[in-house]
Amino acid sequence: MTARDKLTASDTTGRRWRFGAPPKNPTKLALTAIAVGVILAALSWLTLDNLYLALQALEQGGAAAKIILVILGIGALYPLRPAFRSLARARSSRQALAQNDLVNARIDTAASRDAAWISISLSVALAIVLMVVEFLIANDLAVSRTFFLLPLMGETLGLILQAFLTNIYIFLIAEVLVLVVGLIVAIARFTPGEAGKPIRALAVIYTDVFRGLPAIINIYLIGFGISLTGLPVLKDCSQETFAIIALTLTNSAYVAEIYRAGIESIHWSQIAGARSLGLTYMQTMRFVIVPQAVRRIIPPLLNSFISLQKDTALVNIIGAMDAFNQAKIIASNHFNLSAVTTVAIIFVVITIPQARLVDRLVERRRLAGGM
Amino acid sequence: MALIEIRDIHKNFGGHTVFNGMSLAVEEHQVVCLIGPSGCGKSTLLRCINGLEPIDGGEIRIHGERMTGPGVDVNALRRDVGIVFQSFNLFPHMTVLDNVTLAPIQVLKVPRAEAEARAMELLKRIGLEQKATSYPDRLSGGQQQRVAIVRALAMDPMIMLLDEITSALDPELVAEVLSMVRDLAREGMTMLLATHEMGFAREVASKVCFLYGGKVHEEGPPEQIFGAPREERTRSFLRQIVDAGRL
Repeated sequence: MTARDKLTASDTTGRRWRFGAPPKNPTKLALTAIAVGVILAALSWLTLDNLYLALQALEQGGAAAKIILVILGIGALYPLRPAFRSLARARSSRQALAQNDLVNARIDTAASRDAAWISISLSVALAIVLMVVEFLIANDLAVSRTFFLLPLMGETLGLILQAFLTNIYIFLIAEVLVLVVGLIVAIARFTPGEAGKPIRALAVIYTDVFRGLPAIINIYLIGFGISLTGLPVLKDCSQETFAIIALTLTNSAYVAEIYRAGIESIHWSQIAGARSLGLTYMQTMRFVIVPQAVRRIIPPLLNSFISLQKDTALVNIIGAMDAFNQAKIIASNHFNLSAVTTVAIIFVVITIPQARLVDRLVERRRLAGGM
Repeated sequence: MALIEIRDIHKNFGGHTVFNGMSLAVEEHQVVCLIGPSGCGKSTLLRCINGLEPIDGGEIRIHGERMTGPGVDVNALRRDVGIVFQSFNLFPHMTVLDNVTLAPIQVLKVPRAEAEARAMELLKRIGLEQKATSYPDRLSGGQQQRVAIVRALAMDPMIMLLDEITSALDPELVAEVLSMVRDLAREGMTMLLATHEMGFAREVASKVCFLYGGKVHEEGPPEQIFGAPREERTRSFLRQIVDAGRL
């Protein structure tokens, strides 16, 4: 016997392995999952019943609605499936243990616990959904009627979409300008040497001021202020143009910081590699540093775009006729907020594909082997 | 007149003295190997010659012209003095071909077609022409380092500085890189290389310099430095290398 064997053999040293204990009995957890599942199923049926009454009040209680509600009612039983599976595996675990089959007892216990937690987490999710549904149908559908009056939403959708073109116009132009201005400001912050000092200082002041200034105040000042100044050309700009200028000024400050972080994240050895080949500072920035930085900052850049798109809703304070302003007019005419909900939904819907798109771009570049 | 003359240079790195009156001369077509313990300034010396690090005193002359201090056009200097780094420093967002042609096109203003033809010729010589459209991270370390050498060669440098170019490579990839350096030496390229590959230094060097205490502590032909070092410091350094099984 070698020295190593002596050290590990329990029978010669009198030490015991600590990991040989039998698995804990998962039956209690399985029963808990079943109990939670049954309670949630009961609550679901109650909610569905309320929903059916509400639909009847809206004269939507036809056969189709009934079928859907019944299907949903059966669906509410779904969390019980893993719960019963958990109970079954708990039983076979106990049997394995009775036959001193520790390995299978452990496998069954693990499977039982997994299934129980799957069931419980489904039930929790269902509970949250039920709360939302109850909120929507509470007080004789008051919430639904205020925010989701479907006939009104359908009627005004065309007007809203048309007004949303203004938002699109503003953010498309502002996004292009922000990309350019942000990059210029970021590069200005990296101007090297003594000669670059005043440029660097200006860039710092610009980012500090416009990151601190609330976008809505900026829009207000520019939108109303510039036309009061009577400056040639500028005073005749449309509200949309003022909005674009204001949003560009505000968001460029943020985007400049994003660029800066991206540029700083490139390892100095890349600069050494480029400069050692005789490339100038600006060539190094243009061909080596900025292209790599931009690839890294695509996700934060997209986030800033999404926030810029949302900020276009602020332009209603200077009277630009965007989707939100249009919706507010509809809302006061009908004493109902559903048109505003339409605008909210549009904003959410346009941002989701953008996030997915960027995920795909990043992934594809990763797979292609570039970076 | 030596091609590279390093005269009495001084350099401090935040209280740590890197060079304390170092002098060194490299003749045309010579291959000079810098050896010495880590932190002795081998890499820093190469970076100073290439103008990537400033020096605090003394001067470096290349082909008789002062290349340190104010008024020096480092971009012009770097057109003629190529450097290859331990960590390759390839541009990860560019294909191999673009890595090699970037500087000729942007710095030397060579037409793209011509630069690409020349790059392909260089890549072919090292058997990597089929990797021209790959990105660097699809290449092995040895391949990446050979591309980095080709990238420096594409500028047609008069001098090559090689900074521990095999230190980051797995042992089985070292040979392919060294054989490329061997070919360069045979073609008469003036080279200054910092290295831990003592066997290789012994084989290709015209002169070996042992750096210690911010100076060239001992220099001489490889047979003398490796066979009969005169200084005790050199002897103890080489003994450690032998004990590590590296010589």
